[in-house]
Amino acid sequence: MPLWLFIFLAVVAIIGAFGVIIQRSPVHCLLALALTLFDIGVLFIGLGAETVGFLQIIIYVGAIMVLFLFVIWLLNLQTEADGGGHLALKFFGSTAAAALAAELFVFFSKAAAPTARMGLVAKDYGSIELLARMLFSDYLVGFEVTSVLLLAAIVGAIALARRTPAELVRSGSTVKSGSGARCRRRWAISWG
Amino acid sequence: MGIELIIGAIKAVVIVVMVLNLAGLLLWFERKGSALIQDRVGANRAAVFGIGRRLGLPNLGLMNTLLADPIKLFTKEDFAPDGADRFLHGLAPFLALFPVLVAFAVVPIGDVLKIGSYSINLQAADLNVAALYILATLGVGVYGIALGGWASNNRWALLGGIRASAQMISYDLAMGLAIIAVVITYGTLDLQEICRIQGGVWFGWIPRWGILVQPVSFILLLTAGMAESKRVPFDLPEGESELVAGYFTEYSGGKQAVFMMTDFAEIVLVSVLITTFFFGGWQVPWLYRDGFHFPGGAYLALPNVVVAIAGVAAFFIKTLVFCWLQILVRWTLPRFRYDQLMRLGWKGLVPLGLANLLVTAFIVVAVEAKY
Repeated sequence: MPLWLFIFLAVVAIIGAFGVIIQRSPVHCLLALALTLFDIGVLFIGLGAETVGFLQIIIYVGAIMVLFLFVIWLLNLQTEADGGGHLALKFFGSTAAAALAAELFVFFSKAAAPTARMGLVAKDYGSIELLARMLFSDYLVGFEVTSVLLLAAIVGAIALARRTPAELVRSGSTVKSGSGARCRRRWAISWG
Repeated sequence: MGIELIIGAIKAVVIVVMVLNLAGLLLWFERKGSALIQDRVGANRAAVFGIGRRLGLPNLGLMNTLLADPIKLFTKEDFAPDGADRFLHGLAPFLALFPVLVAFAVVPIGDVLKIGSYSINLQAADLNVAALYILATLGVGVYGIALGGWASNNRWALLGGIRASAQMISYDLAMGLAIIAVVITYGTLDLQEICRIQGGVWFGWIPRWGILVQPVSFILLLTAGMAESKRVPFDLPEGESELVAGYFTEYSGGKQAVFMMTDFAEIVLVSVLITTFFFGGWQVPWLYRDGFHFPGGAYLALPNVVVAIAGVAAFFIKTLVFCWLQILVRWTLPRFRYDQLMRLGWKGLVPLGLANLLVTAFIVVAVEAKY
């Protein structure tokens, strides 16, 4: 990746990240975040990790950010009128930001020059074949544990959200009349 | 370097222009086709100085579909409703169209064309993870629709946007499963490579097209693709009897035309993907790089240029056939109910895709062969 391209992408990523915190409207913030994640995906592709880059775009931009959009709509979040937030929140936020900045500064000043550590990468570096081989050999346990964890999370979410037929009937019967109750009772019967 | 850059630029421009023209042509195709199906005359107005009529030709409505309508749409007032988010309202149509158009970059429209000492790969971007690229562009395509609905400050539009994004996310999954099964079968994500593998024959005469090895994936991709393009029977985001016009209720003129263009470009994209994955892409049955080898043993030698052009022509004929199929389905079936749509997606296509993936993986491992 040429240097000018890297600088361009890096600047876009930083602008996007700033956009997330300085904009008032939640939807605009979300778009800025999506832009940042997309930009980082492009950075991955430019650095030779094509698979990871495209997966980043598919998963984060294409799925997770859309989910966030749903949450914003469902909660009906409005544009913040003033700066918003408690004073304590602002205090802790700025303290954490300062700590992070100091940490990064120390890390980069102590670290060796990047060119010294940069080895030659293999020709198939970042290819989907190599990635798959790594996942299914060296990191097999971690990979499988993660997938089981995700599966458990999905099952848990459904178990929490789903109402049993008995519950549906009860909640339906508490309402005196109305199409909502009838509808729910029918729904319950069709489940039972 | 210089000449290769020029060749690359020409390829990119040619492919984008072809897609845009095909999208425009499909609009006419659809107007006349729907008229045929519903026993109407269809578009038949507008002519330049009445030339056609003087010559005694029937008016096919090409003028008003391809010339008058676009001019009308793009010269209309650029309108945004009160309280709308003007920036996003203007951005959304392009956010919808752009991902669809860039998806065509990795689609091979033909084999290698040799001109002088240059051999040109008839594909705008030679990417070895092309299938992932297609999925990524499809994923990003949701934003234009969702934001178009939200930024209009209209409840119908917002409902349309929410429906559209829920629908597209649901069917993205089925589409991804179909594409993954295909990728496992061929053992590559490169679309040009997938087309090449589909060359050759079985038993001396059956073309080795993907439809014969992955019929379930074909059905999945066709259904999910039509759901992605949000047209009848999957047009709940627009649903004019419920939501006025859904996510583009508040759009008019040029911006609405861009949304319409997106719909047609998506039809073309789905057709192109089906052609590439299941019908050999640019492969012509029994045509190899040196000419035809007919099943009986007959042989007809052809120069490279003819073979390459025949490939491109075959690709476009196949694509048009699937465009026509989608238009036919649109004008034949009624709209789904929302629960039917979701049930079909999550309880029908996704389990089917998973089962297909499992079976495919077992077979590929069992025979230790990649097709």
